[in-house]
Amino acid sequence: MHDTLAHLKKGERAVIMDVSSNLIPLKLLEMGCLPGNSVELVQVAPFSDPMYLNINGSHLAIRKETAIHILIEKVANE
Amino acid sequence: MSKQINVALIGNPNTGKTSVFNALTGLNQKVGNYPGITVEKKEGICKLPRGVKAHIIDLPGTYSLNASSLDENVVIELLLNKNDKDFPDIAVVVTDVENLKRNLLLFTQIKDLEIPTILVINMADRMSRKGISLDIAYLETHLKTKIALTSTRKKEGIDNLKELISNYKEISTQPCLDTTTIDLSYFDSLKKAFPNQLLYKLWLVITQDVNFGKTDRKEINAVNDFKTKSKTDLKRLQQKETIKRYQFINNVLKKGQTIDLSQAKDLRIKLDRIITHKVWGYLIFGIILLLIFQAIYDWSEVPMDFIDGIFASLSEWTKNILPKGAFTNLIAEGIIPGLGGIVIFIPQIAFLFLFISVLEESGYMSRVVFLMDRVMRRFGLSGKSIVPLISGTACAIPAVMATRNIENWKERLITILVTPFTTCSARLPVYLIIISLVIPKGRFLGLSYQALTLMLLYLIGFATAVFSAYILNKILKIKSRTFFVIEMPNYKLPLLKNVALTVVEKTKSFVFGAGKIILAISIILWFLASYGPGENFNNAEDIIRTKFATDNLSDNDLQQKIASYKLENSFIGITGRAIEPVIRPLGYDWKIGIAIISSFAAREVFVGTLATIYSVGNDDEATIKNRMAAEVNPILGGPLFTFASGISLLLFYAFAMQCMSTLAIVKRETNSWKWPILQLTIMSTFAYIVALLAFQFLK
Repeated sequence: MHDTLAHLKKGERAVIMDVSSNLIPLKLLEMGCLPGNSVELVQVAPFSDPMYLNINGSHLAIRKETAIHILIEKVANE
Repeated sequence: MSKQINVALIGNPNTGKTSVFNALTGLNQKVGNYPGITVEKKEGICKLPRGVKAHIIDLPGTYSLNASSLDENVVIELLLNKNDKDFPDIAVVVTDVENLKRNLLLFTQIKDLEIPTILVINMADRMSRKGISLDIAYLETHLKTKIALTSTRKKEGIDNLKELISNYKEISTQPCLDTTTIDLSYFDSLKKAFPNQLLYKLWLVITQDVNFGKTDRKEINAVNDFKTKSKTDLKRLQQKETIKRYQFINNVLKKGQTIDLSQAKDLRIKLDRIITHKVWGYLIFGIILLLIFQAIYDWSEVPMDFIDGIFASLSEWTKNILPKGAFTNLIAEGIIPGLGGIVIFIPQIAFLFLFISVLEESGYMSRVVFLMDRVMRRFGLSGKSIVPLISGTACAIPAVMATRNIENWKERLITILVTPFTTCSARLPVYLIIISLVIPKGRFLGLSYQALTLMLLYLIGFATAVFSAYILNKILKIKSRTFFVIEMPNYKLPLLKNVALTVVEKTKSFVFGAGKIILAISIILWFLASYGPGENFNNAEDIIRTKFATDNLSDNDLQQKIASYKLENSFIGITGRAIEPVIRPLGYDWKIGIAIISSFAAREVFVGTLATIYSVGNDDEATIKNRMAAEVNPILGGPLFTFASGISLLLFYAFAMQCMSTLAIVKRETNSWKWPILQLTIMSTFAYIVALLAFQFLK
């Protein structure tokens, strides 16, 4: 069982394991939200929503309701 | 004979595509609309080496050829339709050197349409700061293209780009990705069914829900039979396609691009830790808003007074120089004051667009969207609604168009419906003149009552917008999948040229758009006020002279009486008095009634209408304000504009939907008459009730 992107805390990094392509807009995939890519949570708005991410060099913000459909595996910060 | 080639500029948002366009075309550009839709169409002419002329189209920014908005549809419609007169001989894909990987996705898609494509890698001046180095020769070979490294900020690389465009025949049309590798069996059978068609093009036609109004129908219908796959299957294939494209791009960039992270200074992340912070972020946003409003009022005062003065003397001058008569009156009393009423907005509109375009160009607007999304969602809006709501203070028309990047239809619709409540600049002259008439001059804590009233009206407008969004969100039963993605672009110092062009363009379209309506209305009003049916109007002079024969009036007073009797019996007077019963409970007389009716064309007409009505038959040079102050309430006696009737009028203008152009835009953007009609009835009824209550309580 993987964590979802919504579990990521500010400053943490992870690798995207899987995205439920039915629930995730194609646009997000095209912006780099694909399995294998790395993701870092840069900043969160109040109530941790929306989330400001750095996915594979793309800086973008998505809502929590989208983030729960993206499975990740956390990477320990070196 | 000089030859003209079509060049399409394509690229992701925030890559500086428009800067490249401005650098290529300079002032040789025009902005129009694509026929039937409100998507901006920017085109321009650029002279290339060897006498070649290029017709350049700046296509709307898009992340990929899989369109998810009206703006993006424009791109794909053009690229799929060889018969379009704008079909490009060559495509120029503009990318940002910092986001090369993601930007190349679109590039590979365009290459696969087998259109000759040049790759522009823009913002090259940032390379060393980010520790990026590129092997251009390697990239050119493996991406099968020619590359122009440009920096519009430093004006570098543009000549090289022009040179490459002029040699467009030498650019390869080889695709990047073999479409069949996405799904061998599916594409093989597709190929067998349509042996003469480009596979990727077919694939796009199958997967897009685009209205292919302009493309060849027959071809599409044939393809429609081929939609055997379910939507889910198609989407899975699209995901596979995207992965394949990234694999290709990663392979090329592995050798073609090196990034030395130790050299990279990421200012964006550092800045964003403060600018998007839970506390500091909101504080900074508040201060910026405050500064903007302060600046708009302070800076525009001088030019506005100046314009006011010019039109007053112009009107006077016309009267003196032209022979006396109906035509002179039309110009001096109808047209010039009417036009003055619109030109006077130019300073404020220009400043407002200046700030909005600086906020957008710098990348700050995306941060505001991020900060506000959660708050706005409570009210059924999106973080992206903040942009329309802020630009709505300039004009609801561009604001309604700015809702286009809200992906969720329900959130977008609600934003469109409530945006007209924000205090647009057309309400301003109405507010200003009425406030100066009915609000006393005193000060409270150093702030004048008049300025406070004005600020209160802005707050009321914004609060009503948000509150009605909340109600609409509860009432409207629209199912739409929420999804929200916004890019946080790098901070950039806005380019002066881009900002200036936006300000000029937007101001121009506002002035000419509204100017036409105001001109027409002031001419019509003047006619209606200067002519009337029947005996009463034609014999006004005799009737009044007989009536006051014994009163020994001075000649001047007598003329005044005749003029007002004429006005009352003119076409406009008759109409006005017919509607008077409806508006009397609000504290207005028939002249205000006429001004309100004509305001339904556009609010700013209010002052011009009163100016026209009051100046007909009046020769003195009194200002509109003095004339309004002198008006007497026909029933109660005493001044017509009292605190009660003034407040009632202010509230009426705050809430009523009185702008035909906005209604027309709403109709176009929602593609239905239902919404604009709903908007018109609900807003105007609400305005009537509030104004009625205000007057009845205050009088």
